Amino acid sequence: MNPTLTALRAGWQRGLIELRQTFTNGQDIFGQLFWPVVMLVVLFFLRDSTVEGVSLGVGVLALPGALGMNLGITGIIGMSQLLSVEREDGTLLRAKAIPNGMLGYLVGKIVMVTGTLVAGVLILLVPGSFLLDGLTTDSPTTWLALLGVVVLGAMATLPAGAVIGSLITSPRSLGLIMLPIMGLVAISGVFYPIAAMAGWVQWLAQVFPIYWLGLGMRAALLPDSAVAVELGQSWRHWETVAVLGAWAVVGLVLAPIVLRRMARRESGSSVAARRDKAMQRVG
Amino acid sequence: MTTNGKVVLDVEGLRMRYGTTDVLHDVTFQARHGEVLCLLGPNGAGKTTTIEIVEGFRMRSAGRVSLLGTDPAHGDEAWRARLGVVLQSWRDHGKWRVRELLDHLGRFYAPYSTDTITRPWDPDELVEAVGLTEHRDKKVRMLSGGQRRRLDVAIGIVGRPEMLFLDEPTAGFDPAARHEFHELVRSLAEEHSTTILLTTHDLDEAEKLADRIIVLAGGRIIADGTADELARSIAGEDEVRWVRGGERFSQTTAESTKFVRELFRRYDEEIEDLEVRRTSLEDTYLELVRRVESGHGEAPVELGEVTR
Repeated sequence: MNPTLTALRAGWQRGLIELRQTFTNGQDIFGQLFWPVVMLVVLFFLRDSTVEGVSLGVGVLALPGALGMNLGITGIIGMSQLLSVEREDGTLLRAKAIPNGMLGYLVGKIVMVTGTLVAGVLILLVPGSFLLDGLTTDSPTTWLALLGVVVLGAMATLPAGAVIGSLITSPRSLGLIMLPIMGLVAISGVFYPIAAMAGWVQWLAQVFPIYWLGLGMRAALLPDSAVAVELGQSWRHWETVAVLGAWAVVGLVLAPIVLRRMARRESGSSVAARRDKAMQRVG
Repeated sequence: MTTNGKVVLDVEGLRMRYGTTDVLHDVTFQARHGEVLCLLGPNGAGKTTTIEIVEGFRMRSAGRVSLLGTDPAHGDEAWRARLGVVLQSWRDHGKWRVRELLDHLGRFYAPYSTDTITRPWDPDELVEAVGLTEHRDKKVRMLSGGQRRRLDVAIGIVGRPEMLFLDEPTAGFDPAARHEFHELVRSLAEEHSTTILLTTHDLDEAEKLADRIIVLAGGRIIADGTADELARSIAGEDEVRWVRGGERFSQTTAESTKFVRELFRRYDEEIEDLEVRRTSLEDTYLELVRRVESGHGEAPVELGEVTR
């Protein structure tokens, strides 16, 4: 029996078990559903207002952007949050004490967060396609393109999330990460067309994955006529693949280095020290 | 103890330095196959640091360590599969169910089975061995402190380790839970000839469990021997109390038996309420730690079987 293969299989099993735990637990289900439901309600009320030059409602135009945003946030925040919480509670150290446990642990996290990403897309997209008119969900190429964006999005955001999760010292520092990401969402053309923003803001937004995830989602889900509101009136497929691909490559190179460094420093006393610190802050 | 005398753990001249502070000075000890070895010492003595270095979780500053023939600093996954680690505080896997978690973690060990050791431990048998059968489908976060600790031990032994580390295993236990836990540890050592290194600051626990006790204070080993050897060689004085003619007497002496014989020879039936109180491990321990803390404990006390 090959130990690495065994660990990969165990990791896959871990991911599935944790997904099941997430979706059979009231608190977690609420967390998964709250924002999508709020967003759907907002988009539903915006369905009849229109944007100049396009025949589609604002609701349907904004839905793919919201999907891309969810994808980016779940990938980065979800991953970094899990890592920092599980570093503090000793899960990571436990993995370290087991042969090939770290490999199994990481595979488990990737399966788990990717599963959450897919669920997040479906939770918003399936009811959205009934409530809003104009999505091209009846075409098979739409689903193919959607799959492509999800896969590329996961590859671009999960390693980045893992790096952030390894670098921050406690789950309570996550707020510091949330803030810039929210700022990024605001300038990434999710709710407001990026073409209407100042030039330097557009440039800044296009460095990060959230804009491209939104664009990719719009390219997949909207009819071609909607391209009129995009920069350069183009879906820019190649640029999307290039930027998200670059994030994936950099992330996949950096993440193992940072993760290894973080794992090496884990010991019982470091877990205990962090717990004591956490208790002090609470008490 | 079912030992074949083979040295499993060999630590020599171990030093650990953080910045300019030495927390371990020249720590040297060995553990033999099947032995239960207890690291005893006050808080901050260096117990956890020592155990973490031996587990391979922490790099040492100097010295030589060999565990199961491998330097922990360079231990690979196959080496790791032969160890079991139970650390001080786990709060992980709260959403997992007891049996489910043991089954999952056990899978990693399967490729490391040998002709003599089948890995992992069957989850149902393991759940029974640690007395968690009725909680097997409970979520981990719903367990009581004692149950949680037994699960930690179960996870520590799921790979049928040849060497098991227990860092303050019974902190926060009630007496009944502690007793059950001690039975479990003894049975691991006796039935499965697991070598066990445990740390504690509970003297009673050390006395009950350990084949050999190493006392660590101020980053040095100040004593190494069985509980009896420790008690005899250090303080060495028993206390004899008796009543004669309605009056209470007490005398401390190194040779209590001889003293009592003499006492009876002289007063015979006049002696009432005779009581001989042996030096307890607690007295010994407190005496040792006191010596170190007052600066007179530089030279370690060599006891019984001399290491090396």
